[in-house]
Amino acid sequence: MNKQKIAAIAAFFLAIYIGVPWAIAASGRTDFYYTLTSVALLSIASAGVWLTFYIGRINIGQGAYALAGGYVSAILMTQYGLSFWTTLPVAGVFCAVLAVLIGLPILRLRGVYFAMVTLVLTEVMRLTALALPVTQGAKGITSIPLPGELSLFGITLIPDFATLENPKIGFYWMAVTFMVIAYAVLWRIVNSRLGHLCRSLQQNEELASSIGVNTAYLRVIAYSISSFLGGIAGASFIAISQSIYPSSFQVTDSVNFMLNCFLGGLGYVFGPMLGTLMLYFGWDLLFTTGEYQLLIYASLLIALMLALPNGVLSLLDKKKAQP
Amino acid sequence: MTTILEVNHVTKRFGGLTAVNDVSFVVNQGEILSVIGPNGAGKSTLFKLISSFLSTSSGDVRLAGERINNLAPHIVARKGVVRTFQETTIFRSMTVRENIIVSHHLRSRASLWGFFLGSKVAKADEHSFGQSADNIIDFLGLQAIRNELASTLPQGHLRALGMAIGLATDPKVLLLDEPFAGMNHDETMHMVDLVRRLRDERGVTVLLVEHDMPAVMKISDRIVVLNFGEKIAEGTPLEIQNNERVIEAYLGSEDAAIGM
Repeated sequence: MNKQKIAAIAAFFLAIYIGVPWAIAASGRTDFYYTLTSVALLSIASAGVWLTFYIGRINIGQGAYALAGGYVSAILMTQYGLSFWTTLPVAGVFCAVLAVLIGLPILRLRGVYFAMVTLVLTEVMRLTALALPVTQGAKGITSIPLPGELSLFGITLIPDFATLENPKIGFYWMAVTFMVIAYAVLWRIVNSRLGHLCRSLQQNEELASSIGVNTAYLRVIAYSISSFLGGIAGASFIAISQSIYPSSFQVTDSVNFMLNCFLGGLGYVFGPMLGTLMLYFGWDLLFTTGEYQLLIYASLLIALMLALPNGVLSLLDKKKAQP
Repeated sequence: MTTILEVNHVTKRFGGLTAVNDVSFVVNQGEILSVIGPNGAGKSTLFKLISSFLSTSSGDVRLAGERINNLAPHIVARKGVVRTFQETTIFRSMTVRENIIVSHHLRSRASLWGFFLGSKVAKADEHSFGQSADNIIDFLGLQAIRNELASTLPQGHLRALGMAIGLATDPKVLLLDEPFAGMNHDETMHMVDLVRRLRDERGVTVLLVEHDMPAVMKISDRIVVLNFGEKIAEGTPLEIQNNERVIEAYLGSEDAAIGM
């Protein structure tokens, strides 16, 4: 790693861990904590979607796994009294296993067919949540406790959120930490052999199998990692909102996860992070325009996609191309 | 001479159409064997059967005695029978070197976890893949386009890259699907030379399907001729050129006018 990269990473950490809280304190806009916490968590789900794009599949079903992860965590906390820190990995693994079962048949599909099935998946998950007794139907699960203390060998790593003076900043730091870990993992995957094989799959499945790549296995692995991230994001999200309903993650959310990837750039690991920030924050900033909010928002999106079809991060490449 | 690949009474039916009908032949170790035949003779289908991209209706294909038909294509590749494609099939948005490196997949000893965590074995693998890729680049004379994006390459280079991808898998038998298609005379002669060196210097057994008669006659040790899905002749280029049934099958077609 060169000095420039290390400096950029250090600057990024400084900005998200110290810069943002400082700016919020200075401006007094504490509502931004909720917005930015959401951005961080949703960008984890988007990172998962991005990975399925990386194997050449359009995934419009991440909402299903976010919902599943959220419910698993909520049920384990409220009905079995487990701590959030235990339920979080369980929710992720549950979604990863679920993705293997669902992925095995549907990952044979390509292009628009796969996209359509995943789109339906979100709706199926919502209806399942409505129907099952354990999820308590439309009433949802409310009054989910805040994340408790996390300690290792008697040393408190994370204090009980209920005792925090300012839980908002606590949630924010937790969310960005999860985001940093998720993207570090994603970056490592993409830059290891696993990523190269995913790219080979994305570009030519026949050729990939003729050079000996077990394409079916690799597709399921990638989809499973993707859904793991979706489950983690969902579980963390409901810990903050302290409630979950069948409508917590809907088709619109699934579509947004996909749009985040498009907007940031499918060719860039950090594309979905930037995409989520722009989409979510952009929507919030346009709140003052009232009834025109959606119109302006949609027009801006169309304009951006026309101008930068490879995502906002492709601006960096253009800069490099003209020294 | 030892037999490496056996095709035993292989038949492929698509509904009512029999594309390949009871075809048998053997390929010897270190041989260059061509499968020829007029359009629609079933050559490409036969290729797909051998590489398991299609499943056989009956009969079997054996590599050193072991049955390899009706398996997943990646398993056949793992056993050492690797195909290149008729259309120029490559990983378009990778550079030439990246294409070749990723195709070393079969040689990796580390698991995907090993690669993810950057284990010693994985690092050694990455290093050796890079070196081997550079070897292949030198072997095929692709030095000048090493870092070019594959999607920007002209036809001739794409074909060579396709071969490089096949070579990277370290195959026992390489199946070349129309390696000379769309090439001019000089390019064809260059490719003929490459295929020979592939066999001579790297010990790869080559099975190829081709239309270009002069090239086939020049390159092949033996030739198998298909017509309407059936094998009608087998022999050395000289024997095939003088075979009555072959001349009849090609009569009136342009291939015959050029080559025979």
